[in-house]
Amino acid sequence: MLYKNMQSTDSEAGVAQRPRQNYVGQRVLRVENPPLLRGHGLFIDDMPVKAGTLHAAILRSPHAHAEILSIDVTDAISLPGVRAVVTGQDVAAMTDPLIVGFATPMRYHGIAVDRVRYVGEPVAIVCASDRYLAEDALDHIRVEYRPLPAVVDPIAAAASDAPILHPAVGSNVVSYREFRHGETDKAFAEAKRRSEIVITYPRNSITPIEGYAVVAEHLLDSGGYDVISNFQGPFSLHPVMARALRIPGNRLRHRSPPNSGGSFGSKLALFPYIVILCIASRLAGRPVKWIEDRLEHLAAASAAPNRVTRIEAAYDDDGIVSALRLKHWDDHGAYLRAPMPAPIYRMHGLSTNAYGIKHVDVFNHILVTNKCPTGAVRGFGGPQLYFAVERMMHTIAGELKLDPLELIRRNLIPAGSFPYRAPAGALIDSGDYQRLIDETVSGGGLDELRQRRDTARRQGKLYGIGFAVVVEPSQSNMGYISTLKTGIERERSGQKDGAVAAATVSMDPLGTVSVVADSVPQGQGHQTALAQIVADQLGVKIEDVVVNLEIDTQKDGWSIAAGNYSCRFAPAVASATHLAAVRLREKLARIAASSLNVPPDNVEFADRKVFARDNAENWLSLHRVAGQAHWSPASLPDGMAPALRESVTWSAPELTPTSARDEINTSLAYGFGFDFCGIEIARETGEIRIDKYVTSHDCGTILNPGLADGQIHGSFAAAIGASLYEEFSYGEDGSFLSGTFADYLVATAAEMPKLDILHPVQSPSPFTRLGAKGIAEGNQYSTPVCLANAVADALGRGDITVPLKPAKILEWISGDEAKSRSVAAKASPKGSSINGEGLAYVAGDPQTVWSALLNENGLRAAIPGCERLERVGENAFKATVTLGVGPVKGSFKADIGLSDLDEPRSAVLKGVLSGLLGTASGTGLLTLVPQNGGCRIDYRYEIHLSGQAAMVGGRMVNAAARRLINEFFLRFAASLGEVNRAGTSLPSWRARIKSLFGAQQ
Amino acid sequence: MKPANFDYARCERVESALDLLAEHGDDARIIAGGQSLMAMLNMRLVRPSIVVDIASLDELAYVKEAAGYVEFGATVTQAAAEAWPALRKRVPLVAAALPHIGHFQTRNRGTICGSLCHADPSSELPLCLATLGGDVVLRSRRKKRVVGALDFQIGLLSTAKQPDEMMVAARYPAARSGWGYAFREISRRHGDFAIVALAAVVGDGKIRLGVGGVDDKPAVHEWDDMDDDSLADALNDFAWDLGGGDDIHATARYRREMVRRLGKKVIGEARQCRS
Repeated sequence: MLYKNMQSTDSEAGVAQRPRQNYVGQRVLRVENPPLLRGHGLFIDDMPVKAGTLHAAILRSPHAHAEILSIDVTDAISLPGVRAVVTGQDVAAMTDPLIVGFATPMRYHGIAVDRVRYVGEPVAIVCASDRYLAEDALDHIRVEYRPLPAVVDPIAAAASDAPILHPAVGSNVVSYREFRHGETDKAFAEAKRRSEIVITYPRNSITPIEGYAVVAEHLLDSGGYDVISNFQGPFSLHPVMARALRIPGNRLRHRSPPNSGGSFGSKLALFPYIVILCIASRLAGRPVKWIEDRLEHLAAASAAPNRVTRIEAAYDDDGIVSALRLKHWDDHGAYLRAPMPAPIYRMHGLSTNAYGIKHVDVFNHILVTNKCPTGAVRGFGGPQLYFAVERMMHTIAGELKLDPLELIRRNLIPAGSFPYRAPAGALIDSGDYQRLIDETVSGGGLDELRQRRDTARRQGKLYGIGFAVVVEPSQSNMGYISTLKTGIERERSGQKDGAVAAATVSMDPLGTVSVVADSVPQGQGHQTALAQIVADQLGVKIEDVVVNLEIDTQKDGWSIAAGNYSCRFAPAVASATHLAAVRLREKLARIAASSLNVPPDNVEFADRKVFARDNAENWLSLHRVAGQAHWSPASLPDGMAPALRESVTWSAPELTPTSARDEINTSLAYGFGFDFCGIEIARETGEIRIDKYVTSHDCGTILNPGLADGQIHGSFAAAIGASLYEEFSYGEDGSFLSGTFADYLVATAAEMPKLDILHPVQSPSPFTRLGAKGIAEGNQYSTPVCLANAVADALGRGDITVPLKPAKILEWISGDEAKSRSVAAKASPKGSSINGEGLAYVAGDPQTVWSALLNENGLRAAIPGCERLERVGENAFKATVTLGVGPVKGSFKADIGLSDLDEPRSAVLKGVLSGLLGTASGTGLLTLVPQNGGCRIDYRYEIHLSGQAAMVGGRMVNAAARRLINEFFLRFAASLGEVNRAGTSLPSWRARIKSLFGAQQ
Repeated sequence: MKPANFDYARCERVESALDLLAEHGDDARIIAGGQSLMAMLNMRLVRPSIVVDIASLDELAYVKEAAGYVEFGATVTQAAAEAWPALRKRVPLVAAALPHIGHFQTRNRGTICGSLCHADPSSELPLCLATLGGDVVLRSRRKKRVVGALDFQIGLLSTAKQPDEMMVAARYPAARSGWGYAFREISRRHGDFAIVALAAVVGDGKIRLGVGGVDDKPAVHEWDDMDDDSLADALNDFAWDLGGGDDIHATARYRREMVRRLGKKVIGEARQCRS
């Protein structure tokens, strides 16, 4: 690893001399680790709760889109141990909708009220004496749904004939804005060359070890609520929650636990649960605890918005890009939850990435679809944007037959032009992109990698090299989300800007130090970094500093920007803490100055002592000075406040509001990252092997290289997941298909390639107090597109999408599939929904078969596991069936109907099954053909599965459904007198067809 | 993710487990390592009224060499089988397949017989048993019987084991001199459920290929030994016969391609390692 030490600047007036830096910049071990490694961490589920606390379990929608016709909780509430069952109607009656950043008629209460809009949406909450009983009771809540058509694709959702999720909004495009920065149209008209590509970026997240956790208590006396949760902020959501709960802000007390088991953004979207659990506590009359489980987390916690981007570039023959045009369709799932659609706006100022491109137009469609609502995910809008921009740069290089890195270099923001104002408004504070790239190319071994590629290609291998550059924003401007409003709307609703950080540094009478700050860490090591900063200022040992970051909204300093997101810590929380420590140091210097008989400017701090700079023999112990401040206020210099406690709130003036021309400095500090990699694709299997990966970052002053590299390794690991494995998959009908870790594949240590990390350049930010910038998100931005560019280089094709599944890659590199030598193979099941066809031979002529089909006895005999079947109308039946495979069985209620009757030739058979394992609806077209004195039934079917079995059944659920269909016809045939093996197993079924047709293709 | 209520019985003797099965039949589930059952219980995919724990039945924790086969008792974990010194020599196919089963942590608890009873279509151990033509030993209070692998696994998660029966052992045919055995699989990450798993046995002028992960249960095909062109055609037919379906990890076509491509490779490897 390569580090260059750069001095940060200290602009605080009155500080005579920079303190010695014993800790900042050093690889100090994390003070957080010993308790965590010993198992002494204290997470919410470890914390004691009040006697009588109830445990909540949440009933969730098995449907992607349906009206709720009725909810019957009478059986559930009467079960032993169950204290309350809360529905969306209850919540809607006692709360106001959770507001978002712009006026919209969309109503969101955190729980479905009269309609469900995604699989996993909360429908009811059971509060019981333990979680087992609460989950038992879920089985006894009866919900009647009327399924509605669902839409999952963002482009389809924007179409005029799409099913509308929120009738009150009237369109699935809930926000649309056009931004024109510069003279983009003119630049395109004048450009010699233009390129256009369409990018689809998938839906994913980063899954923490610990999911959501909430303990909520309604306080009868004050009417307020006391909440402990692992909510991560931003605390701009605190007023959102308080308003929804219809209480004054100060009556919603929120506390964070000592430890949180990771978040990566996901624990932002916990806030709707706080609201609904507060109501549950109020209705139950007891505190309520809810610990989210993994099934809930994957289906219904949060996800990054998936996005479609049509990006166009205008450029000349040298590859100098003059303008970009970006059209985004940003898919936020079923509801917008504050601060959504923040990711796309957080990156707005950086729409031109690291390039000196002068003109950019941006068109933002914000969409709702029948998927889990979105939230924060590490990277927050960056992966989607940079995937488009960096794929475009690679595409242009291909068009011009230029090396992609050469094209990148030609377009970079020139060194020496910082702070640089990007056309969409980002004020990029500092950097030297050219030098970082040069040093990374040499230090990272790019020349050798190019030779490896040449050698591999000579050997016939599919080998590619990819590049990506990214600007890494940190500390969000709290005003950026207002960019989605028009200038007039902004004026009306009031200006928003800045980002407040709060910190308090105190010294007790013994001279030891306590720090409180508003960073709400989720495992990053904030306590260590703050202790480093404060210890250096006050001349104490790091073990003399205790940092407590458990925020209590009734006691601790916080403002709306508080929390843990968007690389806020290093620029903001570190700045506020630094400033508080500096002020405390100044105060101590003034107190000590009179005893040491030197001016305050000459007082030095080191080794738990204060001393005269010119005479180290002239010293006092720090605890003596501290003691004086506490024990003898009268002896302090005139006008000085007693005791030693400095509280600071800090906001950077550079975070200005959105301009009238929609320019916005979206973040305070901007780091820079450059990656290159070499990959090889196995021709046989389509698998990718990452041969070499180099990542290089300039994050300004590095507070702690160990923490910084930890963030890079972590971000890289998550990005490997996004690039190769992770995706929330939905069927076209909105069914959720990746409900367990067997189907949502997280990259683990075993999948990690070696990562070379470089920090060849440190460009301190002039806008943060320590010169530090964020470092936690860089590889979310760079790695997916760097790998995609490498795959594009290896394969010479453009339409690269992530995750890079081997099956997809193999199809890219293979020609047509070897044909089957028999005609029967055409019948192989195909497609993403479950559909198929088959045939069965039965005794009796079509008329006999027809009568059996429309008859209770015939159906009862045919339906596998049929326990009861009764006619409820003409050609309509209700049944109770037990269905399943092997030990996985469940009882289902079935509604069966026959329609489109063409006696005795064809009919349509429809069935809807619902039970604890989920719901299934199927349609089958049956055709009866007389054959050899009997009857052949040809059937085609399509089935939609939803709910538990579909979510967790992954590989097997489709096969199981097909098997049951085939069993139906087998049993039907058997009931008519002929046992026929058709459909029981594919090979024998094929053999039968082969013998029938006897043909070779 | 909490299981529905169930009774739990830890058995000290095989007979007491059989008594409980006789009493509760289909409402009872045996747990040994619990690596599949626990997840299914927690997701409430299965709701037995009683879980019969056989993990402490030491009498079934044996690996035994017999005439022509190696017998694994019902409580032998996959890790214990891996550690059995003669494994590679006596059942090289199982030795090659075991590292692909989950991770060492899951193999520390998961058992050979438990995997066979669970009958997951992607599982390695049922595939090996089917390809080698092995047997399982089932016991109930009524009788003891030996069932061939192909008759035992009848479909998705489904076996011929009767509700009052317990698998007490599995018999994997021992390696034959002059025969070759090879195993391969492809999955998204190591330890994931196989997209396609392949087991090949070559000997006595025959090629036998078992494929897991494509159909509802392991599919085994045997051919007379043949040249490469004919083998390619044969594998293509086999691939199309199996069909396979699309899921979120791979397409039907990808599964067929793997049968063709990796099938050829694994057969080649089996040929090469003929002893």
